[in-house]
Amino acid sequence: MSVIEVKVPLMTQQKRKFGFETRMLHAGHIPDPVTGARAAPIYQTTSYVFEDTDKAAQLFELKQYGNIYTRINNPTTAIFEERVASLENATGAVATASGMAAQFATMMTLLEPGDEIVSSSHLYGGTKTQFTHTFKKLGVTAHFVDPTDLEAWDKAWTPKVKAFYGETIGNPQGSILDIEAVAAIAHRRGVPLIVDSTFATPYLCRPMDWGADIVVHSATKFIGGHGSSIAGVVVDSGKFDFSTYPTIAAPDPAYHDLRFYETFGHYGFLMKTRAVTLRDTGAALSPFNAFLLIQGLETLSVRMDRHVQNALAVAKFLKAHPKVAWVAYAGLEDSPYHALAQKYTPRGPGAVFTFSLKSSNARLAGKQFIESLHVFSHLANIGDVRSLVIHPASTTHQQLSEEELIEAGIDAGMIRLSIGLETTEDLLWDLDQALQQTSA
Amino acid sequence: MGSGSSLAADVSMNTILSPEDQVKYMDPGVIRTVLATTKTVAIVGLSPKPERPSYFVGSYLQSEGYRVIPVNPRATEIFGEKAYPDLLSIPFPVDMVDVFRQPEECVEIAKQAVQIGAKTLWLQLRVVNLEAAQIATDGGLKVIMDRCVKIEHGRYSGSLHWVGMNTEIISARRGQRYF
Ligand SMILES: Cc1ncc(COP(=O)(O)O)c(C=O)c1O
Repeated sequence: MSVIEVKVPLMTQQKRKFGFETRMLHAGHIPDPVTGARAAPIYQTTSYVFEDTDKAAQLFELKQYGNIYTRINNPTTAIFEERVASLENATGAVATASGMAAQFATMMTLLEPGDEIVSSSHLYGGTKTQFTHTFKKLGVTAHFVDPTDLEAWDKAWTPKVKAFYGETIGNPQGSILDIEAVAAIAHRRGVPLIVDSTFATPYLCRPMDWGADIVVHSATKFIGGHGSSIAGVVVDSGKFDFSTYPTIAAPDPAYHDLRFYETFGHYGFLMKTRAVTLRDTGAALSPFNAFLLIQGLETLSVRMDRHVQNALAVAKFLKAHPKVAWVAYAGLEDSPYHALAQKYTPRGPGAVFTFSLKSSNARLAGKQFIESLHVFSHLANIGDVRSLVIHPASTTHQQLSEEELIEAGIDAGMIRLSIGLETTEDLLWDLDQALQQTSA
Repeated sequence: MGSGSSLAADVSMNTILSPEDQVKYMDPGVIRTVLATTKTVAIVGLSPKPERPSYFVGSYLQSEGYRVIPVNPRATEIFGEKAYPDLLSIPFPVDMVDVFRQPEECVEIAKQAVQIGAKTLWLQLRVVNLEAAQIATDGGLKVIMDRCVKIEHGRYSGSLHWVGMNTEIISARRGQRYF
C-alpha cells in the first residue's frame, strides 16, 4: 500500500477531476434538497405523479427527462446508474434485473434477426448458452473465437456481424482480453466492442479507456459484493459512431419512428435501451436492490484491493502445494496472461480463478476436497465478500462423461475459487487441511 | 432560480473541442449564468417536424418557461410561435440565439446575432465554427459551442440524472438547481 500523499487544494481551483474513490461515494447522488438525507434514499414506488397533462405527454414522447414508471426508471436506480457510469468513465448507464438481462438488453437493442456477433469463447457458461441457443431463436448467430488469437476475430467477421463481445477476465481459463487490440479490429470493421467486465469491476479495469464501446456487468458479483442481490448494468462510452448503425440510426417503429441517433446523439444507444428494450422486455432492477448495490459500490476499491491481495496469496500457496496440478491465475508470473494482466489490470486480475487437484481419481478427489472445507462456501456464485468454491465436474457438469468434460475444456479435478475477505491465513489453512483429505 | 453555490466538478465529456476551446466555449459557469438569465431564445433551424432534434429542444425549452422564437424560412408557425425567416426579421430583442445549422452557415448567423444585440450565441453539439465564435465574442456575446442546450438544462436542473446519464456533477451540498 502506498503512503497517502496530501496535496493542499487551491481554494480557487475550479473544474476539478475527482478521483475514483470520491466518485464511488458521491457520483450520481446529491443530497435531497428537502430532507438532506445523506444515505441514498430508497424510492420503493412503481410510478410517479405527473405535474400536468402536458408534462406527462412530453415525458412519454421523451421530450423531457423524468420518471414515468419503475420498469423504465427510478430515482434510487438512477443513483446506481450514474455512479457506475462515472466509475467506468462512461456517458451513462441502464441498470437491469440481472447480468444476463444486461447482456440481453444490449443485444436486443443492437441486433435484428439475421445479424451475427463474434464472441470470445472464454465466457461464463450461461452467456455461452444465451448466445448459442436463445439468440438462435431470435435469428442471431454467434461465432466463437479463441480470444487470444487476434487474427481469429477478424477472420470470423462477416458483413452480417454487428458486434464483438468478450470478457475482461475470461472464465474459467483466467485469460485477459487484449481490449485495445480487439477494439481496433472491431472499429476497423465498423462494429462496437462490448466487454463483460464483471470479474474486473471498474476499479481493476476500465475497458472504455482502452477502446471498448459498451461495458456490461453482472452487478450480482463484486459490485454488490455481499451476495445479496441479482443485478446487471449496461454502460455506454458514448463514443461509438452509431450514425449509420441500422437499429440506432433508422426510424424505430417501436417508438413512433424516432431516430435515436439523430435525436439523442451520443445518448442514442442508451435512450433506446431504456425507452424501448427495457420497456418491452421488462427486466428492470428493483429499487431496493439498487440501494444494496449502491452500498456495495461505496466500498468497492477497499474490497477489491483486499480481494486481489488474498487471491494472489492463495494462488501462490496452491501453486507450491504438492496436491495441486496447476493454478490458472493471471496474477502469477508464469501465467501466459501475466503480461496482459499487467497492462489491463495492474492492481490485480480479480479474485476468481481455477486450479486442479493432482489425483488418479480427480472426480472423487474434487468431491472429497469440497466436502472437507470449513471456511469456503460451496455454491454457484462468485464475487461475494466470503470465499466461495465449486467443483464443476461434480456439480454444473456432473452429467458429462470424462470425454465430454475434456471437450468442454473442464478438467475433472478442476476447482473454481472466488476469494473473499477472510483472514488470509485462515483461507490457506482451510485449503491445506482439505487438500490433505483428498486421495492421491 | 438563483445561481446556486459554485460547482467544483469538471464537466468535460462528449466534445470534439480542444482543451483550450473547452475552457472558452463550454465553461459551466457561463452555461449556468446563461440558463438563469435567458428569457427569449431564437432557434435557427428549428424544424416544424415533431420527431426532429431541434423540435425536441425547442418544445423542451418552451415547457421549461423560455419563450422560443422559431427561425426557419420554410415555416410559418411552430408550437404556437410565429416563425421568422432570419434573425434580422425578428421585431423584438432576443437573449439567446441557438443554432441547429451546418457549421459553414454559422459565420453569417453570428454576424446577425451581433447585429440584433443578442446576449448569447449557442452552437449545438458538433456545430463547431471557431470563426463564428470569434465574431460573436468580439461583438460582446457569450459563446457556447458543441453543447446541447437541452442536455445542459437537464444537467444543471437535475433531470438528466433521472435517465441514468453521467452528469459529472459531484457535490455533498443539499441538492438544488444549479442555475
Ligand atoms: C462473467 C459473468 N457474466 C454474466 C453473468 C450473469 O450474471 P447474473 O447471474 O447476474 O445474471 C455471470 C454470472 O455468473 C458472470 O459470472
